[in-house]
Amino acid sequence: MSILIDRQTPVIVQGITGKMARFHTAEMIAYGTNVVGGVVPGKGGQTVEGVPVFDTVEDAVKATGAEASLVFVPPPFAADSIMEAADGGIRYCVCITDGIPAQDMIRVKRYMYRYPKERRMVLTGPNCAGTISPGKAFLGIMPAHIYLPGHVGIIGRSGTLGYEAAAQLKEHGIGVSTSVGIGGDPINGSSFKDILQRFEDDNDTHVICMIGEIGGPQEAEAAEYIRDHVSKPVIAYVAGLTAPKGRTMGHAGAIISAFGESASEKVEILSAAGVTVAPNPAVIGDTIVSVLKREAA
Amino acid sequence: MDIHEYQAKELLANFGVYSPPGALAYSPEQAAYRSREIGGDRWVVKAQVHAGGRGKAGGVKLCNSDTEIQETCEELFGRKLVTHQTGPEGKGIYRVYIEGAVPIEREFYLGFVLDRTSQRVMIVASAEGGMEIEDISAKKPDSIVRATVEPAVGLQDFQCRQIAFKLGIDPALTAQMVRTLQGCYRAFREHDATMVEINPLVVTGDNRVLALDAKMTFDDNALFRHPQISELRDKSQEDARESRAADRGLSYVGLEGNIGCIVNGAGLAMATMDTIKLAGGEPANFLDIGGGATPERVAKAFRLVMSDGNVQAVLVNIFAGINRCDWVAEGVVQALQEVQVDVPVVVRLAGTNVEEGQKILAKSGLPVIRAGTLMEAAERVVSAWRKDQSENTTLRAAQ
Repeated sequence: MSILIDRQTPVIVQGITGKMARFHTAEMIAYGTNVVGGVVPGKGGQTVEGVPVFDTVEDAVKATGAEASLVFVPPPFAADSIMEAADGGIRYCVCITDGIPAQDMIRVKRYMYRYPKERRMVLTGPNCAGTISPGKAFLGIMPAHIYLPGHVGIIGRSGTLGYEAAAQLKEHGIGVSTSVGIGGDPINGSSFKDILQRFEDDNDTHVICMIGEIGGPQEAEAAEYIRDHVSKPVIAYVAGLTAPKGRTMGHAGAIISAFGESASEKVEILSAAGVTVAPNPAVIGDTIVSVLKREAA
Repeated sequence: MDIHEYQAKELLANFGVYSPPGALAYSPEQAAYRSREIGGDRWVVKAQVHAGGRGKAGGVKLCNSDTEIQETCEELFGRKLVTHQTGPEGKGIYRVYIEGAVPIEREFYLGFVLDRTSQRVMIVASAEGGMEIEDISAKKPDSIVRATVEPAVGLQDFQCRQIAFKLGIDPALTAQMVRTLQGCYRAFREHDATMVEINPLVVTGDNRVLALDAKMTFDDNALFRHPQISELRDKSQEDARESRAADRGLSYVGLEGNIGCIVNGAGLAMATMDTIKLAGGEPANFLDIGGGATPERVAKAFRLVMSDGNVQAVLVNIFAGINRCDWVAEGVVQALQEVQVDVPVVVRLAGTNVEEGQKILAKSGLPVIRAGTLMEAAERVVSAWRKDQSENTTLRAAQ
């Protein structure tokens, strides 16, 4: 088991004819991901990386039975593509695109709620590295070889910081059940809490690692959820202890604008909820190891 | 992106949100002339800088004659205004807004923000106008009225009336309040703002609802579809290095410390800064060079970081995934050959092909200090910086 994707999940790539998308599609296929097609309006009928291209998501789903989609579409058109996926019957969508206007994302989220819960699409991202279930499949741009298959569930905002954590785990010979990037934007598809819920229900995930950063209420919301609903041990790291207030640190959402949004406040809130917080990014792996040992004892 | 008060007022007026009569001036003489154009016998002179807290910092002055306006402006123009939001270096005053003074009956706070909890546009209002929202929520939290906008249908009139009644505004002014709130929302929505703040919104002695101050911030990610907003950018209000970085597609924030950072990815960049601090150093900057660490980007990053005179050591931390370490290492070598860097440089590479990357750095003959882990990198850059500083001190003492 893993969450969101596995080896069988049929995947389409929206914007597959772009240079970046082509490259990562090839990587995904080489890893064993079941990529069944792509969507680019006006390019239906072409073949890219050995898979057929369709004009619309609707066509692609009809022809291939696709269940998941990876969006590589440029920022001005990305929101539209996500909504097309939601309407076309896609169950899980990962959006990699960085730079989508916040108000577009507000509309996307409102649009997704038009559908009843049973057929509502799950979105992760935008502005993320994607999702990987090691040894099975991945939807995204991450270097897949740094992830070993295993039982740690990872949720993170940042791409490269997530890689850092996975690489530290690999050093210890510890694997990952699924790693989910929720992205660095202020309005995102899934929150820490949404993914925590899935890891809690996943038999294959024994420990959860969440990698947060400054800005926004989602780490605090997750803390409350962990305290009340998560039985599995949770390890966290929050980046940005040295970040000044009121400045955007790279990610559109990484800005301290309200109480509880600084790294030190988030660390305090998470610790109070029973989460083991790694004091610095260099010891995320060590912290997970010590929690695993404690659990085994 | 931020804009000036006068620009926000102009934009909002197009949506039925009105302000007292006013005009912009680029010199004290022009300011005096503007006051005569506006008419009346009392004016407010307001320094146009991208920061709040101007009143307390002496950037807003009430004047009773055109000579007084000219004198006030002579003091303001060219000065750096230091408010609690600008940092100690302050922001330069190059434009001044002259506005006719109006008799104020009541003051309100009105803000439109992107609320990350509800993931919608939220209206925040309070009858405690003139105070900053942080102070209102600390001192008078019960005075705050909130409403969120359903994105599919937009702000509804009944919501505006609810806010007006909750604020205790004279029922005769409800229609003006509805127009003002709707106007702010439409301006927010149509220009892709992330914040509209009117503080204070006032009711005048002659029963008009007016915006005495106005602040708007726009979504950088949406500027591509608002060329007329992009034109309002005022580089004199930005940190020179930060705007240069932004023009080159790098994400840079200057800080007080002296250890420059070059990192790929925003989260890893923040984590690297935190680790430097933990090792006993102070980061000089946040810098995210983006996912792909091409040699050109690394070179640009070195130039940018070295243009900060406070930088006394540099830490490069790249997690190379798809872009292998050997390729990144070549980029670092190339950058160090192009850009003159006369401070200690520590390079930490992780990810794909680490060993090849390390070999390339070693073979280059450049005085680069290599590190394996993040902690090791932070410790090495701090100790290299300390050693370099003490050697320099000894050198100076010897001279």
